[in-house]
Amino acid sequence: MTPQEIFDDLKAQFGDGILDGKMDAQQPWIQIAGGRVKEICEYLRNDARLSFDYLSCLSGVDYNDGRLGVVYHLTSMGLRHKIVLKAFCTKENPHVQSVAGIWGTANWHEREAFDLIGVVFDGHPDLRRILLPYDWEGHPLRKDYKVPEFYDGMKVPY
Amino acid sequence: MGLLDQRFQNGNILITSIDNLLNWARLSSLWQMQFGLACCAIEMMAASASNFDIMRFGVIPRATPRQTDVMIVAGTVTLKMASRIKRLYDQMPEPRYVISMGSCSNCGGPYWEHGYHVLKGVDRVIPVDVYVPGCPPRPEALLEGIIKLQEKVRKESLVKKSA
Repeated sequence: MTPQEIFDDLKAQFGDGILDGKMDAQQPWIQIAGGRVKEICEYLRNDARLSFDYLSCLSGVDYNDGRLGVVYHLTSMGLRHKIVLKAFCTKENPHVQSVAGIWGTANWHEREAFDLIGVVFDGHPDLRRILLPYDWEGHPLRKDYKVPEFYDGMKVPY
Repeated sequence: MGLLDQRFQNGNILITSIDNLLNWARLSSLWQMQFGLACCAIEMMAASASNFDIMRFGVIPRATPRQTDVMIVAGTVTLKMASRIKRLYDQMPEPRYVISMGSCSNCGGPYWEHGYHVLKGVDRVIPVDVYVPGCPPRPEALLEGIIKLQEKVRKESLVKKSA
């Protein structure tokens, strides 16, 4: 299916769960509502005409305007088509539904996005930090992050 | 092997000072702790391989800190790793030595400004004897570092405090 067909299909299926889309981008993307990520992704994986069986990548983004984002790169290995999903949330309420139950890949990717950007994935089975130590404070890839003076008695700045 | 040169002729009698003998034994078998942290570790492996053959200096990799004399900190020391390095250093028997290999463990290297997760120099957690500059240093540079450490060990004394 072309990205436009995928967009139309999702729009017909989920209505106001599909917020925006850009089909002439190099990687066409569809913006979906953060609170409906799970049902939309389940549909994308299970529908025979879509059959997105592979989550290539899941990234967290800080847009530096109060918004945080999660970007999903989906691929269908059988049908050879691709699409990008985006779900936004705010820094004050950084919650997006987890897709770890749909694609196992998402488990660690979501932990990384939580660790570095601070997006909280509702429904994740084990949302711990994955790279930084468990007692680390803050999420370092946020644009407003300040490097701590000390960590565990060690001076951090040069 | 200047110490033992031509001293074996007369009924295997060897005359030297304890200091010299101990230092010679120590510097000729600097067993190395076998661990690497980043790309410097690749150069360290190259130094161990046949082209450079670090073993001709008596440097043998050991898999436990209890059997090692020298720790070669080869690579980026993250804050998460720093506490582990400290613990491994504490587990080494004395006398123990540390070679800091490469810019990252010398001073933070390319992470000096924006590396929120990098310790800016391993000498902030453990004392360092020899710094090997480079990013990463070539195996020859590491060999030079070993030789510098051997020079340091050669000057040590049981009674006199070393500098």
